[in-house]
Amino acid sequence: MSEQDIRRIAAEVLAGIAPEADLSTLGDDEDLREALDLDSMDFLNFVIGLGQRSGLNIPEADTPRLRTMRGVVACLSQ
Amino acid sequence: MADFLMPALGADMETGKVVQWLVKTGDRVKRGDVVAVVETHKGAIDVEIFLDGIIGDLAPLGEALPVGAVLAHVLEAGQEHVARDGTAAPAAPTHPSPAPAPGTAAVAGTRAKVSPAARHRAQSLGIAPDLLHGTGPDGTVTLSDVVLAAAQPTPLPAEAAPRRGFDAALMRQAIASAMSRSKREIPHYYLASTIDFGEAAAWLEAWNGDCAPEDRLLPAALLLKATAQALAKVPQLNGFYDKGAFRQGPGLHIGWAVALRGGGLVAPAIHDVDRKTMPELMSALRDLVQRARAGGLRSSELTDPTITVTSLGDRGAESVFGVIYPPQVAIVGFGRIAERPWVVDGRVVPRPALAASLAGDHRASDGHIGGLLLEAIDRALQVPEKL
Repeated sequence: MSEQDIRRIAAEVLAGIAPEADLSTLGDDEDLREALDLDSMDFLNFVIGLGQRSGLNIPEADTPRLRTMRGVVACLSQ
Repeated sequence: MADFLMPALGADMETGKVVQWLVKTGDRVKRGDVVAVVETHKGAIDVEIFLDGIIGDLAPLGEALPVGAVLAHVLEAGQEHVARDGTAAPAAPTHPSPAPAPGTAAVAGTRAKVSPAARHRAQSLGIAPDLLHGTGPDGTVTLSDVVLAAAQPTPLPAEAAPRRGFDAALMRQAIASAMSRSKREIPHYYLASTIDFGEAAAWLEAWNGDCAPEDRLLPAALLLKATAQALAKVPQLNGFYDKGAFRQGPGLHIGWAVALRGGGLVAPAIHDVDRKTMPELMSALRDLVQRARAGGLRSSELTDPTITVTSLGDRGAESVFGVIYPPQVAIVGFGRIAERPWVVDGRVVPRPALAASLAGDHRASDGHIGGLLLEAIDRALQVPEKL
């Protein structure tokens, strides 16, 4: 999957969870949970959404890496 | 004939608006069916009916109606047998009856008077005459009422009805009113304990390690189940304070406080928490949070909570002391789980610690009982495999 695809998927999933968020201002190294005010349930739904849309199996141990966009891109492009 | 009333969807609700009927006059309804969408300060709520029979006399859409107002009449199952003897309405209309004209419904309190000719014609047309609006003397349903009703087109199911989220300003007002009432009327007492969450955290990690993300559990599910197990041992905190006395709740229906994006809070019930397995509880929790935020809570979820749990999650404050939601008598609070120095066998070790709190209604219980509940929650969390 290309970086562009990954960013598009991530943006689609986040739009469902935090519809009011402006992702264009989000830095690659910002903690998504803080920047978008996600609680643990939101973050779990983010991980579920990423897994479902990418078709990848995301192990529990990898989930801390998904807290930033840079981590999401790195994790899903492997 | 029984009345289907505007439900009180929480202590803070005064009026509601029917924005959609999911049934039409003449439809058969049964207990638990969602029959209407009512707009409240908590958003659009799917309202269930707790009657069996044939519904009619539907209240008009879009009108603010007070709690307790008649929204529809239901010809109950028992009364249908009378119908088969030919003395009342037919049990099952052969074709759907038309809805009453707007503005005429929902006022008749007692069983309608029906002229013999009207009843005879209604039976031949398959219409329940008791559900029609009568224009004769004393509101008697006349032959012309029946003919008119039969001539009206059957309304189309309103599938494209508005399903709006909550109004933030209205919800603010409602929270203000419920919480002011709570602080005015309820003498709160507060207790707190710090719980070693180490066993529970290790159990969760082992469970989640092998799971697909959609099957993973959050600490929230364990906290809910532990609270339910504790309440089964300390039922004095599960229920309502009502007319000067405590009344125990009919089940362990725990209200789960959900913060809404953009402000506001709603605490709908997860029913029978004690009888759900951990995966069932987790999926109920996910579903509930999603519906609380997107719309689609059911009326029973707002009327049934017997206690509330508020959990701040992994980014929240260390501890929370809640305000009791009347007429409930207690609220349990859980802070963020964080590593703390903990003394085990005389040595200081790092452990994940959880600050648990209880606010109790002093009219219904004393601190001793509250302490027993916190202790029981602690014990339950030490044997997570039994949750």
